Amino acid sequence: MNLVDSRGRPTVVVTGIGIVTSLGVGKAENWAKLTAGQSGIRRIRRFSTEGLRTQIAGTVDFVAPPGAHPPDRSFALAEMAAQEAIDQAGVKQDGAFPGPLFIAVPPAEIDWSSREELSADLPADAPVTYRALIEKSFGRRSDLQRRFLFGGVADRVADRFGTRGSPVSITTACASGATAIQMGVEAIRRGETDAALIIGTDGSIDPETLVRFSLLSALSTHNAAPEEACRPFSRDRDGFVMAEGGGALALESLASAAARGAAILGVVAGCGERADSFHRTRSNPDGAAIIGAIRAALDDAGLAPEEVDYINAHGTGTPENDKMEALACAAVFGERMARLPISSNKSMIGHTLTAAGALEAIIALLTIQHGVLPPTINYLDPDPSIPLDVVPNVARPATVRAAMSNSFGFGGQNACLVFRAAP
Amino acid sequence: MHEVVITGVGLVSSLAEGADANYARLREGAAAVYDRDALAPFPIHPLPALDYGELIPKKSDQRQMEPWQRLGVYAAGLALKDGGVLGDVGVLSRTHMIVAAGGGERDIAVDEAIMTGVRAASDRGAYLNEQLSNNLRPTLFLAQLSNLLAGNISIVHGVTGSSRTFMGEESAGLDALGTMVARIRAGDVDIGLVGAAYSSARSDMSLLFGFAGSLLSGEPAGVWSRAARGGGMILGSIGAFLLLESRAHALARGARIASVVGPVLSDRSNRQPGAAAGNARRQWSTIEGSLAPGPVGLLSGATGVEPVTAEERAFLAEIGARRDIYVRATGARIGHGVEAAAPANVGLAALALREGGFFPPFESGTVEREAAEPPSQIVVTSFGHWRGEGMVLIQRDRGGQA
Repeated sequence: MNLVDSRGRPTVVVTGIGIVTSLGVGKAENWAKLTAGQSGIRRIRRFSTEGLRTQIAGTVDFVAPPGAHPPDRSFALAEMAAQEAIDQAGVKQDGAFPGPLFIAVPPAEIDWSSREELSADLPADAPVTYRALIEKSFGRRSDLQRRFLFGGVADRVADRFGTRGSPVSITTACASGATAIQMGVEAIRRGETDAALIIGTDGSIDPETLVRFSLLSALSTHNAAPEEACRPFSRDRDGFVMAEGGGALALESLASAAARGAAILGVVAGCGERADSFHRTRSNPDGAAIIGAIRAALDDAGLAPEEVDYINAHGTGTPENDKMEALACAAVFGERMARLPISSNKSMIGHTLTAAGALEAIIALLTIQHGVLPPTINYLDPDPSIPLDVVPNVARPATVRAAMSNSFGFGGQNACLVFRAAP
Repeated sequence: MHEVVITGVGLVSSLAEGADANYARLREGAAAVYDRDALAPFPIHPLPALDYGELIPKKSDQRQMEPWQRLGVYAAGLALKDGGVLGDVGVLSRTHMIVAAGGGERDIAVDEAIMTGVRAASDRGAYLNEQLSNNLRPTLFLAQLSNLLAGNISIVHGVTGSSRTFMGEESAGLDALGTMVARIRAGDVDIGLVGAAYSSARSDMSLLFGFAGSLLSGEPAGVWSRAARGGGMILGSIGAFLLLESRAHALARGARIASVVGPVLSDRSNRQPGAAAGNARRQWSTIEGSLAPGPVGLLSGATGVEPVTAEERAFLAEIGARRDIYVRATGARIGHGVEAAAPANVGLAALALREGGFFPPFESGTVEREAAEPPSQIVVTSFGHWRGEGMVLIQRDRGGQA
């Protein structure tokens, strides 16, 4: 394979990947469960769900103690995934990762348990005010400042792995993980670095984050059977299921990977993005921004639509997303879309929000590598208005030379990535 | 390699609305505007009165945003207007955007009621769930969400080439600029919008920045003069956006070029003693390679937080001993705007170079001294209050071909 792509830019390859989801830790365990059609969605045990409309999620409860604060959980997920990716890549120099960090990380916020902890010392009969909390904590809790700064998780990850330069924390809502990959690809293509560490992490499930999405009527309320709650592309889909996870990729120029004889897991062939100006949470009904992002990714990869063998869908299981994604794919791939396999990992691992774009990119790479399409589970009642081959319920062998991964988010965010098999 | 020029500046601060008005107020040595009461004992520089309808015509759009988003969307509109592309659908649909953002305002009254009530609740979890479900406004989440400043800029102004949001306090503002500049230099982007907004009147942020004692309490003082009191920031409401283009793109559409962007450098140290200055020295040696003969203006983003501000002051004295450098810490006049600090200082540098003027010292008797002549090159520094060190060089446009 050429060290440069058709536009003369350095070819960007993946030499290490790491993954943590509600299904478990690592590539082996996750891939086995994903291809067995297992769900990681369960009733929430981390906190009381008394009175909540949605009581299920894909929480990851084994990376941090039960009382951990969300940024600490996001850090733990990032650390675990990055360690696996860096170990596989074998890319360290002097004990450090030889490139910058691009990390998709949830916006930080002081959580309720922290507010309660801070108010514990205040007089029991007085109202709790911000002013009182400030007086009590001023200059005494620098640990909390680092925890809750918006760049705090990135700062800790950069310290942990010794990445170079200023770490970039990215939030493009539910497309964040894909944007982080795109940032790394661009930095390598520009020749600024030979390697980049990409992480998508989200450990932010707590009462308030759940309530916020619930108030927007975005979440599934199929509480009775959590494993069956997320039903992408089904007629009876009723929303997404929040979930946590971490995904990491070691990106490298092909020249650098080849020079050190590293095993190549796949090529990041193209990235595309478009912003939608229609609405804060909905796509323009014409799908132009999604279509534009898909076409831009194909164009960047130098691929014709016919060359894509598989689509890893954004596929959230909300009525709106799945309809718009199907519409946009049909516009780009034409009548072939009826046969082109498109499946949603979210049917099994839920919507890992900030991490989703990175996690699902990793799963797309595993799909290429293993020649097996992970299924869309819970597909028992197909939506007749969007006829698709969603790889229903059971994994399927297939030769995949090129796969696309879609990510869309609130705020008009649309990002698409195209991966190719290792040369 | 494409040359990157600044063709539009949008700036709102406590001093004034609009880049030209801010430039003029700073030039005439206007006194800083403080609000000492809103978040006492911490003074802030408040948001000025703005007629949002000028640039955010729909009331429904205004209602969907919290103050930081409105400020940012307004300032972005000012930058697009200054650059002559406001309302130009053809250009805006291929204008790329990187916004640096924290998060939005919380509903303080709701938070305080719940914090008080939860202590007496018999079932803590059930109480929290009930209160949050009943009292959080559905739209508040979107008004708080970090990437929804960019989202609102897309909706209100039609910027849809792409939309990315960086977090990470001061570094986010600098890295947003650096990333866009790199994309334009590489020829991947012709025109891009970069910026941030910070709204200062927020007790939730006083709590966050107070944890490590990073805020100055009591009587305001210039950033170089706070060490004896332990140092600390005076936060300022700032909305700052820049329109960046390749020179070829700017010339082709007949845009007015305010200035030229040189190196944009950003790094992170562990803040052990001397580490931040070490980064600054390395960055300065790169910047020096791009400097023309003659004096250098330097707009410092010093936060007033110690000991890093003392480290920056010593570094500036060190380089000032070797050549004519006119230091101005804008924090003394408009306050510290966190993510918006670096974009604001780069915007002011672009304005000064476009107008051919410079600012009088904001804090006499310190590292700041009178300028013998207006500089044709201005360095912007950014030493984050917690992490991140950066430097940007902005130069006067001397014309030139695409």
